[in-house]
Amino acid sequence: MDHTSFLERWFRRVALSIIVIFFMFPIFWIVLMSLQTNETILRSPPSMSFVPTFDNYLAILAGRLDSNVASMGINFVNNLMNSIILSVCSVAVALCLGVPAAYAFARHKFKGSEDIAFTLLSFRFAPPLLVLLPLTLYFQEIGLADTYLGLVWVYQLICLPLILWIVRGYFEDISPDIEYAYRIAGHSWFSTFRKIALPLAGPGIAAAGLLAFIFAWNNFIFALVLASADKQPVTVGALAFVTASGIQYGQIAAAIVLSIAPTLALALWAQKYLVEGLSLGAVKG
Amino acid sequence: MTAQLHLNSINKRYNPGTDHEVHAVQDLDLEVERGEIVALLGSSGCGKTSTLRMIAGFEEVSAGEVSIDGRRIDRLAPAKRGVAMAFEGYSLYPPLSIRENIAFALKSEKLPQSDVDNRVEQIAALLEISDILDKRPNAISGGQQQRASLGRALIRRADLHVLDEPMGQLEPQLRAILRGRIKHYIKEHELTAILVTHDQTEANALADRIAVMEGGILQQFDTPENLKNRPANIFTGAFIGEPPMNLFSAVAGVSDDQVELRLSADTALRYPVTAFSEELRQRIQHDNGIMIGIRPHSVQLTEEGLPAEVFANQWLGDQTHIAARFAGASIVSVVHDLALPRPGDQINVSIAAADLHIFDTKSGDALSHGGNLA
Repeated sequence: MDHTSFLERWFRRVALSIIVIFFMFPIFWIVLMSLQTNETILRSPPSMSFVPTFDNYLAILAGRLDSNVASMGINFVNNLMNSIILSVCSVAVALCLGVPAAYAFARHKFKGSEDIAFTLLSFRFAPPLLVLLPLTLYFQEIGLADTYLGLVWVYQLICLPLILWIVRGYFEDISPDIEYAYRIAGHSWFSTFRKIALPLAGPGIAAAGLLAFIFAWNNFIFALVLASADKQPVTVGALAFVTASGIQYGQIAAAIVLSIAPTLALALWAQKYLVEGLSLGAVKG
Repeated sequence: MTAQLHLNSINKRYNPGTDHEVHAVQDLDLEVERGEIVALLGSSGCGKTSTLRMIAGFEEVSAGEVSIDGRRIDRLAPAKRGVAMAFEGYSLYPPLSIRENIAFALKSEKLPQSDVDNRVEQIAALLEISDILDKRPNAISGGQQQRASLGRALIRRADLHVLDEPMGQLEPQLRAILRGRIKHYIKEHELTAILVTHDQTEANALADRIAVMEGGILQQFDTPENLKNRPANIFTGAFIGEPPMNLFSAVAGVSDDQVELRLSADTALRYPVTAFSEELRQRIQHDNGIMIGIRPHSVQLTEEGLPAEVFANQWLGDQTHIAARFAGASIVSVVHDLALPRPGDQINVSIAAADLHIFDTKSGDALSHGGNLA
């Protein structure tokens, strides 16, 4: 980097800034909207000058949605909790199942192992609605409809293949001889997996888990079909802001800011792992 | 002496029952005595590494039995076999320092910390890695990693030490020094070792006996001297020795007073009949084709030998390799002076009966060494 000229460095900075502004603008605008009333949002032409208000946030946290004609209750905080419960549980279950499975697929090739791995990946190809309609009927039959357990189970369609394939690439990158060296020093197969394979694949597992969390968090259709009001995550809950008396833009914006905050924070914190995990795992896979 | 390692007719088949089936090791029998160093020598793909991995437990034995110290181990987990191994790919644990990597191998022996430290220091001094003990594996060179990996294997007091290409990455000078030290260390601690290498100098220098393998089949298992002087077949004859043995196909004719080995229409080696035992004379006559082999060191340049025309002369710093056209093929002679003939020159070569190795062309097996039956 020492050889880049002054001009080149500045050009690079400007280009990066333009890209950041381009991609961050919607989020920036939503943050601004969340601090305004519906009137200032809808005035024409739009203006950046306004008196910031936290009414939207207060309304959402209090669960009262006030419009100029009526006042109605919404349960956004409950939705946020549902999102957290569903995403965390789904990723936890997917990690518990997917990481050992990925290790098995990477290390112990057996007849048909490739086919099984591919079948798991193919869950990501199927249009969700195609799966959901029959699943709804089954779930109603066996009492899993509208339960956290049922939803977490269905969320495995999103999380499990992702974790399996990314982590598998990571395990394949570890030289088997490192594990052999540990085993021949007197350790069992399982302690080798725990003490050598897991720590070495750590960044990949973290990246896969993070990505699965984001996918689960953003999921809409599974919860829309399978969950009733008290189990709905934010993605579905946001529909409540489209009311008979108009759309509450300010409150929607505040809700969006609240709902992207956890994933954004997670992603920023684990940025390094995410890029590393995706590039390494994906190329190798 | 008792056998420390016993391989009883072991086989390795990869992808059995498919089109890609590879029979990597075929009916291998091998016994390593306690305190002995044995080298598995062969080119890539000869089955030597498969054999090693079967002993260590990283490959399943397709058929046959492996015993260490009288205990059958081929169905045991690697941890229970009592084997220490140095890996070709080093396989050090990345998050640990070199010191921890080496000390780690002693964990299962449950020694007091001061003993562990002493032994690590001792093995590090032996392998010249004392100065890098506190570095991480990715901060040191390949040769240093290889020595650390070797140290991790040698520090243990296992029933069997298995070394896969233990010195492949080292510089030549260091390799020569370490060979002597490692051999001394193994003998001093009465360890039993089996090592895999494709470098015959290393095998000769380290091993008490060498098993030469090719195509998954054991060709000869013998001392370095015997491999050189009494090769069991054409393969070991040609494989062992640098530069390789000169080989010619020949037809034998025996008269009352001499044995003639005809190499081509105008070239024949003639020897008095007494140079060959009676049995050998009969054997080589009955055979319709024999191969004769002569070590380049035994090809003498003399006044009265058979004519040959020099086409290459390589001075290697301490010896000269002279290649010449001879009997429709080429012959290489090693001379210990800075010599002499230039390409195009005429030389005369002579070969003593005592230096002849005779092989059966069809089976490849040795018939005689120096006029006596093999």
